[in-house]
Amino acid sequence: MKLILSIIEEIWGLFVDDGSLAVLSIILIAAVTAAVKLFGLPGAWGGLVLGVGCLAILTFSVDRAVRGNRS
Amino acid sequence: MLTTILSTVTASFLASVVEVVEAFTIVLAVGLTQSWRPALIGTGAALALLAVLVLIFGPLLALVPIEALQFVVGVLLILFGMRWLRKAILRTVGVIALHDEAKAFAKQTDALSKQSSEQRADWMAGLAAFKAVLLEGTEVVFIVIAVGATRGLTLYAGLGALAAFVVVMIVGLAVHKPLSRVPENALKFVVGLMLTSFGIFWAGEGIGADWSGADLSLVGIFVIVTAAAWVLTQRYAPTSAPLAGGTAK
Repeated sequence: MKLILSIIEEIWGLFVDDGSLAVLSIILIAAVTAAVKLFGLPGAWGGLVLGVGCLAILTFSVDRAVRGNRS
Repeated sequence: MLTTILSTVTASFLASVVEVVEAFTIVLAVGLTQSWRPALIGTGAALALLAVLVLIFGPLLALVPIEALQFVVGVLLILFGMRWLRKAILRTVGVIALHDEAKAFAKQTDALSKQSSEQRADWMAGLAAFKAVLLEGTEVVFIVIAVGATRGLTLYAGLGALAAFVVVMIVGLAVHKPLSRVPENALKFVVGLMLTSFGIFWAGEGIGADWSGADLSLVGIFVIVTAAAWVLTQRYAPTSAPLAGGTAK
C-alpha cells in the first residue's frame, strides 16, 4: 500500500511541483478553450494567447521562487 | 514532417537519458551494496509491469479522437514541460541545488548498508530497484506517448527512448559508477523547452489553433520559449557564486 501511494505521489509530482504554476496553467488553458469554443475567439489567437500566457505564468513562478529564496 | 520526427526523437532521447540515468544510479547502488540478484530481479519486474501497462493501455489511445488526444496530451505536456523548465531555470540561477547523481548514489548506498543486516535485506533492495525503475520508466512511457502519439510517431519516440537506454547502459556498465558527469540540468533545460513547446503546439491544435506554417511553427514556438527562458536566466543570474542548496520548491 505504501509503495502504491508513493508511486501515485510520484506520478502526481510529474505534473505538479509548484502548485500555483499548475493551477494557473489549468486556469489559462480553460479560459482560452472557453474563449475559442464558446465565445468565438479565432483559434490562431487562442494559440497565441496560450503561448504568451504560459510564458507569463513561468515568469511569475520563477520570479516568485527567486524572490522567496533571496529575501 | 522531418522537423516533427527529428524533434520527437530528440525530445524522447534527451528526456529518457535523464530518467534512465536516475534509475541506473539506484540499481547500481543496489547491485554494489547488496547484490546483483535483487537489483536485476527488481529491475526486470518493473520493466515487465511497465510492458504490461503499455500493452493494456496503449491500444486504448487509438480509441480517443485525435483532437481530444492532442488537447489532453498538450495540457499534460504544458504542466510537465513547464515544471522541468522552471526547475532547470531555478537550478541555473542557483536558487535550488543541482541534482547530484554521486550524492543520490551515496544516499541510496547508505540506506541499503543500514538495512543489509536485516533478514529482508534482499527483498528491500529489490524493492528499491523495482520502485526506481518503475517510477523513472513511467516517466519515459509518458514522454514517449506524449511526444509521439498525437502524430502517430510513437515508434520514433520509442526508438529515441530505447537509444537513451542503450547509451546509458553502455556508458554505465563501462564506467561502473554513477553517471554524475552527465550534464543533467542542461538536458532538463533543453527537454523542458521542447516539451513546453510541444505542449503549447498540441494544446493549441486541440482547441482549434490553425498554426501558420503547420509543423514548422513548432520551431518558432521553441525559439520563442527558448528566448523567454534565456531572458529569465539572465535576469535572475546570481551576482555571486551559485548556491549549493536552496529552499524553493
